[in-house]
Amino acid sequence: MKKTSILEDLQKAESHSKENYITFKDVLQISENKKTPLSKIYGVGTFYSMLSFKPRGRHIIRICGGLACHLAGGDKLINKLKEVLQVDVGETTKDGLFTLEENSCLGLCSVAPVMMIDDEPYGNLTEEKVEEIIKSIKEGTKK
Amino acid sequence: MKHRILIAEDSKSLLNRAKEIEKLFKKELEKRNLSETVSVLPTGSLGYEDIGVALVIYPDNVLYAPVNSKEDVQTIVKEHFVDGKVVKKLQKPFKRFSQIEKIMGIQQRIVLENVGKISPEDIKEYIAFDGYKGFENALKTSPEGVIKEIKDSELRGRGGAGFPTGKKWEFTAKAKSDKKYIICNADEGEPGTFKDRTIMEGDPHRVIEGMLIAGYATGANEGIIYIRGEYALSIERLENAISQAYDLGLLGNNILGSNFSFDLQVKKGAGAYVCGEETALLNSIEGKRGEPRKKPPYPPTAGLWGKPTVINNVETLANIPVIMRKGAEWFKQFGVPGSYGTKLFSLNGDLNWKGVVEVPFGTNLSFIINEIGGGLKDNLSLKAVILGGVSGSLLTPNEINTPVDFNSLAKIEAGPGSGSITVLSEKRCIVDVAKNIAKFFRHESCGKCTPCRVGTDQMYKIIDRISKGQGEGSDIQIMEKLGRTMKLTSFCGLGQTAPNAILQSLKKFPDEWNAHIFDKRCPVNVCRLEA
Repeated sequence: MKKTSILEDLQKAESHSKENYITFKDVLQISENKKTPLSKIYGVGTFYSMLSFKPRGRHIIRICGGLACHLAGGDKLINKLKEVLQVDVGETTKDGLFTLEENSCLGLCSVAPVMMIDDEPYGNLTEEKVEEIIKSIKEGTKK
Repeated sequence: MKHRILIAEDSKSLLNRAKEIEKLFKKELEKRNLSETVSVLPTGSLGYEDIGVALVIYPDNVLYAPVNSKEDVQTIVKEHFVDGKVVKKLQKPFKRFSQIEKIMGIQQRIVLENVGKISPEDIKEYIAFDGYKGFENALKTSPEGVIKEIKDSELRGRGGAGFPTGKKWEFTAKAKSDKKYIICNADEGEPGTFKDRTIMEGDPHRVIEGMLIAGYATGANEGIIYIRGEYALSIERLENAISQAYDLGLLGNNILGSNFSFDLQVKKGAGAYVCGEETALLNSIEGKRGEPRKKPPYPPTAGLWGKPTVINNVETLANIPVIMRKGAEWFKQFGVPGSYGTKLFSLNGDLNWKGVVEVPFGTNLSFIINEIGGGLKDNLSLKAVILGGVSGSLLTPNEINTPVDFNSLAKIEAGPGSGSITVLSEKRCIVDVAKNIAKFFRHESCGKCTPCRVGTDQMYKIIDRISKGQGEGSDIQIMEKLGRTMKLTSFCGLGQTAPNAILQSLKKFPDEWNAHIFDKRCPVNVCRLEA
């Protein structure tokens, strides 16, 4: 009954990827199924900031850059994350565990500053807490 | 008998480690072999966030707060479930929103009446609290009768523009087409706004019921809830609610034995603020780039796939069931002429109490800030308020003594907008705030039209320069001209509203801008200016 849209196909392809990205093969496939030129598929895909055509880490960290988080010292957290992960915003750690991204507003402003790691929100953050959370995920993943 | 523990997991309770308490309960129940008979579920605010995590146990109707430690959890599991006694020392009176109601006794819960009262994960609980009764009433009425009721209620859209909902529905109802759609705009992305999340996470069936009624009234048989991709919990709860509604025959063909059929699904956004603009949202649902369309034609007559489409905000739809249950006259006892009912506000910034509140339209803004929000943190004084999100307006302390309703706010060139209230204390720098706002719009401009694509970029670059001590004498004039151009010539609401707060700040805080530009100094020492 349901026909999926190009955007949904892209979202699906990304969710199946362990590296959280859409491969060229995926794009070819969608292009063929939809009888739509590649350029159009990329046109849609690159419009949305949650989609990626580059391999990303196993966990996506979305640090909030919205006004409430900015007021609550969000910039410090971004710097802390850069330092702990040794990456810039938009980059992936060497071990392939994390990609650091900035979000326009996560809508959790009453517990600012916040971030999300994958689907899990973390609120009322401090630099220490950020460090702890990253550490605990690293340890959890090693198991 | 199966017990349920409902733990308040609103954003402020999460800060109190409500998730951890939930896990502790699950662990402890498992240890005592009670996992089969006691379930642990999240719910919305219970009004005790100020002291810690709160929870209710059903069907016993016992509220415990604060439950902050492993010991508290162990005590409750042992005494309440094993020994069957109420833990007196942790019990609190069952007053859901005690904090706010105590302060003023005025907070009116219409939209949020079930939040914190029921499990959002169980349709039966919604039904037990009169859920889907409004829809049943609608089915007993003619579609025209339903539209008349909504028109009589004078409900206005809660997404920002305030368009009369009944009128919107009427356009679609009158449009001739083999196919019509109802869309719920749940792409809540305006910085400082988190009210729709509160509804979807706390009472998802209310949104479904609102859409069913809209579908019946307008002759639409298909609905789509477009939720931003970052709202994982909202997506999960609504998908679950939809599947339960299908199971009970509240969605699908010939609902409740009537001739009315309605299908509903969730579509996820993928990270684009502009998709909150209704025509961009339509393109996104169709799988395209989320760029806005030319208006007219307007969606009520030519929307999704060119078919007549009603697009309503989450909060708007959440008002519908209660209007159909209790009637337009009942609804109109709340609020003021021109703005009936209640409004949700997301309080954030430098306040003592932050979170979502529901107040009748016409409540004074200074009352919301000083009484409900508990005034400013650390007894600081107020510098400004950003009302309605960063695309809204910037108000000075002199302007906050204003009733919050469409007409009163229009007099000070403001509106309730997205319902966000961001409070800025004396320690905040207006230039720094403007820079954050400009950065946001530069990132979120979709690039379709030049005034917005180039304008948001230029605006950011100028403010960035000023904040670094490289401002020039002509900057203010350039910004004013640029802002005016964006307002007048941008293709959609994003570019038209992007300069709002910044332009108002130029007018209302000229000294602060001048200090940065001419004296190379930030009066509150927030910006780092190079000498």
